[in-house]
Order: sequence, then structure tokens, then C-alpha cells
Amino acid sequence: MENQRVKLAVRCRNLQKRYGDVVAVDGLSFEVRAGECFGLLGPNGAGKTTTIEILEGLLAPDGGDVEVLGCRWETDEPRLRQRLGVQLQETQFTDKLTVEETLRLFRSFYDRGQTIEELLGLVELEGKRRSWVVKLSGGQKQRLSIACALAGDPDLLFLDEPTTGLDPQSRRQLWAVLTRFREAGGTVLLTTHYMDEAETLCDRVAIVDHGRVIAEDTPKGLIASLGAPKVVVHQGTLEDVFMSLTGRHLREE
Amino acid sequence: MPRVTHHPLVELTLARLREFAREPEALFWAFLFPIVMSVAMAVAFPAGRGQTVRVGVAPGEQSEALRQTLAAAKDIVVRDVPPERQLQALRNGEVHVIVEAGSPPTYRFDPVREESRLARLVLDNALKHSAGRVEPWHAHEDLIDIPGSRYVDWLIPGIISLGIMNSGLWSIGFMTVQARLRKLLKRLAASPMRRRHFLMAPVIARLALLGPEIAAPLLFGSMALGMPVRGGVASIALVAVAGALMFGSLGVLMGSRVRTFEAASGLMNLISIPMWVLSGVFFSASNYPDAVQPFIQALPLTALGDAMRGVILEGASLPSLANELAIIAVWTIVPFVIALKIFKWR
Repeated sequence: MENQRVKLAVRCRNLQKRYGDVVAVDGLSFEVRAGECFGLLGPNGAGKTTTIEILEGLLAPDGGDVEVLGCRWETDEPRLRQRLGVQLQETQFTDKLTVEETLRLFRSFYDRGQTIEELLGLVELEGKRRSWVVKLSGGQKQRLSIACALAGDPDLLFLDEPTTGLDPQSRRQLWAVLTRFREAGGTVLLTTHYMDEAETLCDRVAIVDHGRVIAEDTPKGLIASLGAPKVVVHQGTLEDVFMSLTGRHLREE
Repeated sequence: MPRVTHHPLVELTLARLREFAREPEALFWAFLFPIVMSVAMAVAFPAGRGQTVRVGVAPGEQSEALRQTLAAAKDIVVRDVPPERQLQALRNGEVHVIVEAGSPPTYRFDPVREESRLARLVLDNALKHSAGRVEPWHAHEDLIDIPGSRYVDWLIPGIISLGIMNSGLWSIGFMTVQARLRKLLKRLAASPMRRRHFLMAPVIARLALLGPEIAAPLLFGSMALGMPVRGGVASIALVAVAGALMFGSLGVLMGSRVRTFEAASGLMNLISIPMWVLSGVFFSASNYPDAVQPFIQALPLTALGDAMRGVILEGASLPSLANELAIIAVWTIVPFVIALKIFKWR
């Protein structure tokens, strides 16, 4: 199979994690190929954040196997951290540092990476380089956050809900940054509960619910699996896919 | 390939310095607090106090003659105190002793109070002298001025040490808890940043600010209040740096696992309030019973306060302060090592 030639950026098998009585991740497995954008799509509480934090080496799983860029967290942590970029859900940077000072701080941790000018240009924050973080809008903060994730010129980006709470224009700006990163050869693993984000950005999507993967394919493939009769009235969406698999909505609004 | 940025420890330290400099509250505690405290103390305990005695005269016949006799005596200040206010006036120190005219007069005071016992003697002396007592002889008085023996001289090094403790514990501890709450710590843990760099940076940043922080109350104390500064700049600086490193390290330990501001406040109060009381800042620690002295001497603030007083007021050499410096060293290294092990990044 041609998959054996493809390098895997991330491989996790049978991940388990529980918090007391609550099972957050229950036998979750998937692979991310080098150069692709892979999405974990699911409602809040599905275990997406726990999963991505395990893959980022921030959380130890109770069971299962994790390989990132061919390395393991137990033995290769310093080397791995140099090659990854991470954006967490809800990070707040220090309020009274400027954009440039924050970027400089993160850039200083990496042996190689872009210059501050290049990073500011990537996310279009040149005009805000001397502004305090506390004065930035939500979209600008997320762009700063992505710039910090890109500071070390990573091979692999982990993004946890990168556009939650942003207005449509900011979301599109962020998607553009990610697309440029992909075009330069980077790999992306992101979590989201927005189906349009998954459809637009991702080459492949795993639908996650209650700590497991309940379906995995390209967005088109997943929608096609709904079956022709359902698609008659409107173009099927991933929302429909989720609905048909679980009987519930992706997002309780 | 040329470095794009500074070394991470430098960047982390710069970030801390900027954070501090842009926060008005932190600047107050570090610079203004010691000066404000010193001024307040100097005003409450002015030089020359204790040389006059405040005597309350109870109203009645012959009280007028009594008042005139006392007014002529130096060292005595007279106040009129009506009967219903006597207890209150004695209790809050408005007067040290109350005298009722009579033959002989009556002295009213609480012998437990040292000032009252002294006042009674001065008063008795003045009244007997004016009644015609003849002294068998007058001693020669050789008055010596020993700079540094006033209460305020003793206070200021203690207050400087208190300031170092406050900024170390509160600013470092609090900033760390804040960073944890905002998930900044988690984000940093996801990067290649070395953990020890993160813990060292605030301690080093403290040192940079130490110069002005110590200089301000020292200059104020010596120029405005006449406190002697006998130690050299180098030894004072060394003791100050040792103290700042120590409380910086303790601040890092305080912040290492706490997750809420309430818990952080609680923990820091728990650590610092006993030292405010026990460590000999506002009054000598030898007032406490012998049984607790070893414990008191081992406290970080006691060691720093004693070293500060020694080096500022007596110009003590560093070897003579070996005990205090050793205690300071232990309180610097051990908390840092523990913090490195138990620090919670999430």
C-alpha cells in the first residue's frame, strides 16, 4: 500500500485517559501523515483537548502508544519541542508586554526559526508590534498566538480550537496563515467544533465523540457516506454526518 | 548563524523586568513603602522623645500651685485631666502619671508601665526639690552621644529587610500564580524553554531593582533622620543581594503549586505574618522567652534583619556575620531546589 511510503507525523494507538470516574479518552487511535492537515472534530467534552495535550507531551496518558515525528515523549522531549509549534485553547499572554516582546521571548527558546520581522509579516501584525497584548482584539491575540507557535519554524503545528470566538474575518485571516504554512510543507493537527473549518482546512477529519473516533475520512468522503437519498434536498455537511452517527448536534447553541 | 534574539534566560528576565516596571502597584511596594514606613516611624518616635514626661494634674484646691511648680520644672509637661478621664488618659499614654495636690500629694499610675515608673521618679524629684530638699551631692554628668542607638536607627534596617521580604514573596509569588492561571505556564511548558530558566528569571530581575530599592530608604534615613551608615557600600550590597535571592527563592516556592489568588494570599500571609511579629523588626526579638529563641534566630527575616543592622549600624565585617549569612544561604538554596521538583506547570 502506498501508505507505507508516507511518513507519519503523528501516530497514536489506543489512547486512554481518565480523570477519577470520568473517562476522557477511551481507546482513541489515528494517524496524521506528513504534510497534511488533519482535524479532530467533535462537540465540547468529546476528549479533543485531552487528546491533543497528550500528543503535545503536556499530559501523560493512562494507556496507549504515542509517536510524534517518529519520536517518543519519554525519550526525545527536548528534540521534539524544537520541532513543534503549539497553540493552546485560551492562552493569555502577559498583558503588559508588547507583541514584539512576546514574540522575542518565544523565539529565544528555539535554535532555529524565522526573524521577528518575518513572523510579524506572516500574521500581519507589523502595525501592532509595539502594542501591549492587553490592547489587542481577540483576532489579533490569536494571530499573535499562532506567530508564537510558528516562532521555531516547526515541522508540525498543534492547534486547539484556533478560531473559537472569532469573528468571520479573523477566522479567514487565520485560515490564510495556516494555508501558507501548509504550502510551505508543514503538517497541521487541529481540533475544532466548527464543521466549516474542518471542511475548508482539513485533508482528513476524524469525528470524535465520548473519547473515541467514530468515523475518519476526507470531508467529502464522510459526507458521501451519508448516502444519496439524504443529499437530495441540500448538500450534506459534516454536521449531518455527525447527526446521523450519533443522533445529536455538533454544537449545542 | 547570528542569533536573532538574546539567550532565553535574558529574554525571560527582561520580560519580568518589563512586567514589573509597567505595574504601578509593584513599584509602590518596592520603593515607596520603605520610605513611607520610615517617615511614619520617625514622626511617631521623634528624636528627643522620652526626655520629657507628661504629668496630668487633677483639678482641686492647691492644684494651681502644683501646676505652677511643675511648669517651672524642665523635663515635665503638664496636662489638665478631669477625674472622669483619668483612667483613659493613663491608658492611652496621654499622660504618664497623674498627681493630686495634697500634703503629701498622691501619685496615680500603673507601675507595669516603664514610662510611668520613670515619670513618677521625675515628678517626685521635681516636687521634693521645690519643697526644699537638699541634695547631699550633685554627680558630674558625662553625656555621650552614641549615634545609632535610637529606636528609629534600629528600625530602618529592619524595615529595609521587611521591604525585601515583601517584594520577594508577593511580587514573585503572585506573578507566578497569575501566569499559571492564565495558562501561560502551560504554554511555556510546551516550548523548548528550560524550566530552571523560568524559575531563575524573576529572582535575577529582583536583583536589578534592588539597588534603588535599598538606596532610597538608606539615603532618606541617613540624610533626613540622621541614622548612621557605618558599613561600606559593598557589604551592604552583598547582604541586600543575599536577602533578595533568599526571598526570591521563597517566593518561587510559594508560587509553585498554588492555583488561585486566594490560596496564594493565604499562603504568603501564613509565611510572612509570623515573621513580622517574631523576627525583631519592630522590637527586639530578645523580648520573647528563651525557649523560642533558637526558632526565631533560624527564621529568614531574623537573619536578614540582624545582618542588615550589623552591617549598617555597626559596620560589622562579613565574617562576623557568618551565622546569619549561612542561614540566609540555606533558605535560598533549599526552597529553590524543592520548587524545581514540585512546580506545577499546568
